[in-house]
Amino acid sequence: MCLGIPGKITEVFERDALRMAKVDYGGVVKEACLTYEPEAQVGEYILVHVGFAISRMSEAEAQETLRLIGELAQFDDQEAAA
Amino acid sequence: MKFIDEYRDRESVQRLLGALRSSVTRHWTLMEICGGQTHAFLRFGLDGLLPPEIELVHGPGCPVCVTPVEQIDRAVAIAGREEVIFTSFGDMLRVPGTISDLFAVRARGGDVRVVYSPLDAVKLAQDHPDRQVVFFAIGFETTAPANAMAAIAARARGVGNFSMLVSQVCVPPAMEAILASPRNRVQAFLAAGHVCAVMGYWQYHPIAARFHVPMAVTGFEPVDLLRGMQAVVTQLETGQAKVENAYGRVVSEAGNRPAQEAMAKVFEPCDRQWRGIGVIPHSGLRLRPQFADLDAEARFDVGHVAASESSLCIAGEVLMGHKKPADCPAFGRECTPTSPLGAPMVSAEGTCAAYFRYQAPAGASHV
Repeated sequence: MCLGIPGKITEVFERDALRMAKVDYGGVVKEACLTYEPEAQVGEYILVHVGFAISRMSEAEAQETLRLIGELAQFDDQEAAA
Repeated sequence: MKFIDEYRDRESVQRLLGALRSSVTRHWTLMEICGGQTHAFLRFGLDGLLPPEIELVHGPGCPVCVTPVEQIDRAVAIAGREEVIFTSFGDMLRVPGTISDLFAVRARGGDVRVVYSPLDAVKLAQDHPDRQVVFFAIGFETTAPANAMAAIAARARGVGNFSMLVSQVCVPPAMEAILASPRNRVQAFLAAGHVCAVMGYWQYHPIAARFHVPMAVTGFEPVDLLRGMQAVVTQLETGQAKVENAYGRVVSEAGNRPAQEAMAKVFEPCDRQWRGIGVIPHSGLRLRPQFADLDAEARFDVGHVAASESSLCIAGEVLMGHKKPADCPAFGRECTPTSPLGAPMVSAEGTCAAYFRYQAPAGASHV
């Protein structure tokens, strides 16, 4: 139920006084409401739930996560070598 | 797909499993709150890869499952009225009420429609001014802002033929109810990532401190799930009990402020019945008096609803993490996804449905 899907904004527009976007989910394009992420711009990734953007994806945090996982492997390798 | 594929990476999963194996020294019971995580966990086969010391029990985080049977019965009664177009998220249609479900209403000629977004229901009301459009507003904090915006939009557009049957629930009171239960087995929580996308995780610090229970805000991909588990297991092994964020690309401590403000404008806290569990104080949201004219329960008097549940179903025990689906004598026998006795077997995110779909019933219980 709390499914959230990351997608890339390809277009921003206004309808019925609400800020809306066209969002590309790896080839499938659907509309989402941007009223809760009003700063979101074309080219950015947002997390969409039941037609509403609820978060802007943080590229920096995503990179940091992957970096931390990379460090885990080094730790394990050293342990294995010791 | 960016922000998904790299979190399903086999090598990253193996590194995290290695770290988990090297840090765990004894048996720990963790609970993931969210039904979406239950399904992801079983779908990706993580249950077969974890160190044997780590046991995962599954929480009540499936709003379809915990919507009380009385509310399903009300939905069925309202949806059967001639003037009504009843709209709902698709998951709700097969959830059994006392004697019927919304699919059966549709089969009998009722106008029951699935919507993708709550705004679609408002649009439907604008397009059909001669009908009454009712939206079944269920969900956790993730969905509440979207449902709130339907109320705000209906009001702003002067849509008089739109109303909502509200059954909103909130996560933190349910966590407290689980932890306060004398039969509680949960030693750490994976907090639901998308609830936290909206609410942040500032609400969880007092719960972690009061019950001395570690928590990690956790996402939905295999790497996310393992990172959350690694965070809480490290805390358990070192005697800590704090709230960590293992889903930083989506969640911030403060959450989504505009979404929280819209929720607070439309809804107010109330005691709420959870199907199979009972009433949890302050665990629900209802329409504020300023939006009472949109309340479908007041608009359509459906009289007294005498709800009753299957006597075989142990949904409440499963939802509290006391039991697993295979502990239920009806699991896979009287109760299957095509003929469910309880909501956890119906919903795409129900725990029983996940075990039925991804695991042989004989191997389903680790308890």
